[in-house]
Amino acid sequence: MNARSAAATHSNTPVVSMRHVGKVFPGVIANDDITLDIRPGRVHCLLGENGAGKSTLISILAGMQQPDTGWIEIDGQKVNISSPRSAMDYGIGVVYQHSTLISTMTVLENLMLGVTGGAFLNRESARSRLTEISAMLGVEIDPDAEAADLALGQQQQVEIAKAMWKGSRVLILDEPTSMLAPQAIADLDASVERLTKDGIAVIFITHKLREAYSMGDEVSVLRRGRLIASIDAETLEGLSEEKFTNAVLAAMFGDDISAIGDRNDVELLSGAKVATKVRTKSSRSDEKLVLHLADVTTPSTPTEFGVSNVSLKLRAGEVIGVAGIDGHGQSALAEVVAGQVRATSGSVFLDGDDVTKLGVRARQELGLRYVTDDRLHEGIVTDLSVALNLLLKQIGKLPYWKRGQISKPDVDAEATRLVEAFEIRTPSIHARAGALSGGNIQKLLLARELSHQPTVVVFNKPTYGLDLKTVNRVRKIVKDFAEQGGAVLLISTDLDELVELSDRVAIISRGRLVGEVENNSPDTARQVGEFMVGSAHSEGNHV
Amino acid sequence: MIDIFTTTFIATFIAGVIASAIPLVLGSLGETLGEQSGVLNLGIEGMMLFGAYFGFVTTLETNSYFLGLLAGIAAGFVMSILMVMLNIWLGLNQIVIGLALTMIGGGITSVLYFSTYGQTTPRLGQPDVFPIPVLSDLPVVGSSIFQQPLAFWIALVLAFVVSVVLRNTNFGLRVRAAGQNPNSLDAAGGNVVRTRTFVALLGGAFAGFGGAYLALMSAGTFTPFMTSGIGYIAIVVTMLSRGRILWVIASSFVYGISVSVGTVLQLTSFDLPTDVIKMLPFVAVMITLIVFARSSYVPPALGVPYTRGAR
Repeated sequence: MNARSAAATHSNTPVVSMRHVGKVFPGVIANDDITLDIRPGRVHCLLGENGAGKSTLISILAGMQQPDTGWIEIDGQKVNISSPRSAMDYGIGVVYQHSTLISTMTVLENLMLGVTGGAFLNRESARSRLTEISAMLGVEIDPDAEAADLALGQQQQVEIAKAMWKGSRVLILDEPTSMLAPQAIADLDASVERLTKDGIAVIFITHKLREAYSMGDEVSVLRRGRLIASIDAETLEGLSEEKFTNAVLAAMFGDDISAIGDRNDVELLSGAKVATKVRTKSSRSDEKLVLHLADVTTPSTPTEFGVSNVSLKLRAGEVIGVAGIDGHGQSALAEVVAGQVRATSGSVFLDGDDVTKLGVRARQELGLRYVTDDRLHEGIVTDLSVALNLLLKQIGKLPYWKRGQISKPDVDAEATRLVEAFEIRTPSIHARAGALSGGNIQKLLLARELSHQPTVVVFNKPTYGLDLKTVNRVRKIVKDFAEQGGAVLLISTDLDELVELSDRVAIISRGRLVGEVENNSPDTARQVGEFMVGSAHSEGNHV
Repeated sequence: MIDIFTTTFIATFIAGVIASAIPLVLGSLGETLGEQSGVLNLGIEGMMLFGAYFGFVTTLETNSYFLGLLAGIAAGFVMSILMVMLNIWLGLNQIVIGLALTMIGGGITSVLYFSTYGQTTPRLGQPDVFPIPVLSDLPVVGSSIFQQPLAFWIALVLAFVVSVVLRNTNFGLRVRAAGQNPNSLDAAGGNVVRTRTFVALLGGAFAGFGGAYLALMSAGTFTPFMTSGIGYIAIVVTMLSRGRILWVIASSFVYGISVSVGTVLQLTSFDLPTDVIKMLPFVAVMITLIVFARSSYVPPALGVPYTRGAR
């Protein structure tokens, strides 16, 4: 079991208790009668799928939302956490899933943001407070680095320092590991351990079972807004990893478990097991070269890196994964391949032909497709029907358009076929596309992009924010496509996903490809992580 | 043909540059504060006109330039209360409200002016100068730079203060955070609405001051729509300066120079139509934009009302 049994030395009285907490949003019961105790010196893991209600629960504790029913007690006293400020005053510090650092400011400025009192910024006292907290976390943080220049793991350390700035007693970490490299996860683990030794209560939200097992002292499982299972410290200590996995999986998915996939899929998806790629072919160097980027550069924007001097070769039947911190040129890479952004220098070749100057439509005709990560805005036209969205890229083409007019029977027939083939759940093919759930919108996009003979598909974060059943389905679609000889450029921030699907993983940092790892050993994730951390360290400070 | 290189002429030229630049500096300071916090004040033109008109009326009635400037500041401030309520508290569209305020400002001041002073078109006298000892006796710069009214020096001090506030105070940090990422400020326990409210009110006061300066110090009178786009130019100056106050001052003076060059051209023998000459400052702005627009940068949260928990 884990090393944190030392927690027993701290008082067993809960520092925070949630009592019958409920929260309803229009159409969704986000939290339903949740009662939880958070004890000092322990790591309390909250497990659950996307949409299970974990984030709502946290935002209630953080003062961002007010519960509709129930209440919160701190040290046994009923309290009203009316704002993030009052949460802070009660000693609750939160590290959100999405960074709240201001990227154009320095680390020190970010940390001083929560400070009140005194008109002028007191940089010296902030520096010494940072030194204190760094020692407490066992990390080193450069106070003068700009937040944008930090690697993800370092950004998170700053976020934790920020949450602990005013001496919090409860630290909430919302999915802190979802995009971290393995090394950074180990650092985080060490910091959490130091904090709990000091008697800090940690609430750790995750959807990965193996992390809950290794890091948690207590585990609670949420499903559809309800607290389904709680495992206290004593019980958890007596459970083997396998028994723990069984118990938690049953709680997380209930009867839905068989609908998600087979047992192996479920364990992979829930992060109980580490993914490894089963390689079907040993070498692809004899396959046809379908996509070739030669020294491509695109312009940067103030908020996102463009790509600079990127070269890449993608062969038929191959999946190249692209790993990296969000915003480091991934979108530019996808868009320069898709034709949405013009390269300022370098060339893009498709099947050996130079397509650098061709637009989106012309590249589509040549078999290139792009599944965007901005599903709702860029992916679909929300006010058009599902059927029209499915055939959006066939506008003007026979047989769906005849003499400049929509041929309804042909459109409807093809749409019906696609809806069935990709199991898109929609009330009708004439329903508004914007009314579909996120998972079904993604399936709609896949149906559209993967029909009509694609040869190369760029996927940008294809499973981000989806429920596990759809995640599994999407990954299968990617695998099948590659299996049938399609070439895939897979951009993702989920390392597990990259390792499961890719033949090679390229690492992008500040718009450059800084390394490439053959995915042929269980060591891939660590090697990728080394590139991610290493490149940020070496390039981080002199820009 | 006038010899444009006499000392008197150069001194007049410099004074002209200052007279055109300072209202723009003041307006841009207010706009910078607002934009840094994420509030786009398109109503600044209207606020400057309000400041100009009420400053003019007050000085005309009381003969006090000090009271006139105060009245101008108050007028801009009052108008920004309206903006704060509609934009920040109620979260309405900042562009629509801003344009409405600009039209209201221009409309109300014109109507009031025509109905009250339309027949008499009164003018104010010269404001008292505040000569800087020793320096004011220098040739050329003495009479042009160091014999300015006190308000000129106040404007420069304010520019320095705004710069220090933005860079070195807790409040300035909160202002920048509100414009960069209001969620971060909220999560850090700051109050986005209060921060933006405060800054927007300050911005209105600055715009009112700028308008009053234009009427009292630069023009010596009020004419309808006398700001002739300075408010919009302030928005451009703000976007190009990105919160750097030295840039605000420098680009305002570039504008001032282009206005004064126009006057010079009218006096020399170049046979240019006055319409072309009046276009010069705007041509200068356009050229500046074409050259520098790529480096202009607005805070990501600019113009976006903040609602907690909304994504």
